Amino acid sequence: MEFTHVLFLAFAALAVVAAFNIILQRNPIYCAIGLIVVLCALAGLFLTLHAQFIAAIQIIVYAGAIMVLFVFVIMLLNVREEESKTDRQKILKVIAVPLFLALLAEVFVVIRLVNNSPPAIASAADNTNPAASLGSVESIATAMFTTYVLPFEATSVLILMAIVGAMLLARKNSKDDFERIEQALTLENDETEQAMQADAEKSKEEVAA
Amino acid sequence: MVPLSWYLALSAVLFTIGVVGVIIQRNVIVLFMCVELMLNAVNLTLVSFSRYLGDITGQLFVFIVMAVAAAEAAVGLAIIISLFRNRETLNVDEADLLKL
Repeated sequence: MEFTHVLFLAFAALAVVAAFNIILQRNPIYCAIGLIVVLCALAGLFLTLHAQFIAAIQIIVYAGAIMVLFVFVIMLLNVREEESKTDRQKILKVIAVPLFLALLAEVFVVIRLVNNSPPAIASAADNTNPAASLGSVESIATAMFTTYVLPFEATSVLILMAIVGAMLLARKNSKDDFERIEQALTLENDETEQAMQADAEKSKEEVAA
Repeated sequence: MVPLSWYLALSAVLFTIGVVGVIIQRNVIVLFMCVELMLNAVNLTLVSFSRYLGDITGQLFVFIVMAVAAAEAAVGLAIIISLFRNRETLNVDEADLLKL
């Protein structure tokens, strides 16, 4: 058994156990921790596949940014874990197990049918020159900014729309906001007026003195 | 070298676990995490095909899937927050306004 086999099995076991942890836990924060473990295990698997850049992005963007967002929302809402109370959930659980097994069996049958397991094409990945290898930043950037520049730009528009949409959805009732801003403004005006009056009186007194 | 089918099988297992999670979990945040799990299972498939075909395109797809996942997480969590403001619950069974 090669070293890569050992690595694959270790990361795969970690990912599957943590994935089960996600779906079986009640408290959402433990689910989030499980998902972070899955993401890190997948980053390790990407490394075994010569996708260094994707592995780094997986850690930085997924396990970093997106999961921080999740944990933030979980803590912001801070809901006590709601015990299972609906009957529907039990029915769904009963349905879920055979569905799970059927889907798994189907997948393995298909993989066995098509199991030609093509040997990896001897590509630039096996080169001794690391800069020319398959998953390097250079090769990804070359493809991204030449052949796939249009999808890349479309992605930036998508993210812009997501930012605007998220702000629109998550803000409080706009009427309240306007009232609060109006109040703050009038308060400020009053304070400045008072301050100006006080200054004027002071200067008058000084003149009189 | 690890055969391609091992990676595909692992990816299928992770995807299936994600589907089961969507079915049995009732907390909307956890449902969201299960969707992320499924996206990651597909990412693993794309990267392993990219490796075994010696083509960089699969990794670019993964990059774009990640950008879409980030956008989806931002919008989805905003929806969850406004849902919680209106309903005071995270249980998806309680959010049934469109149901007859």
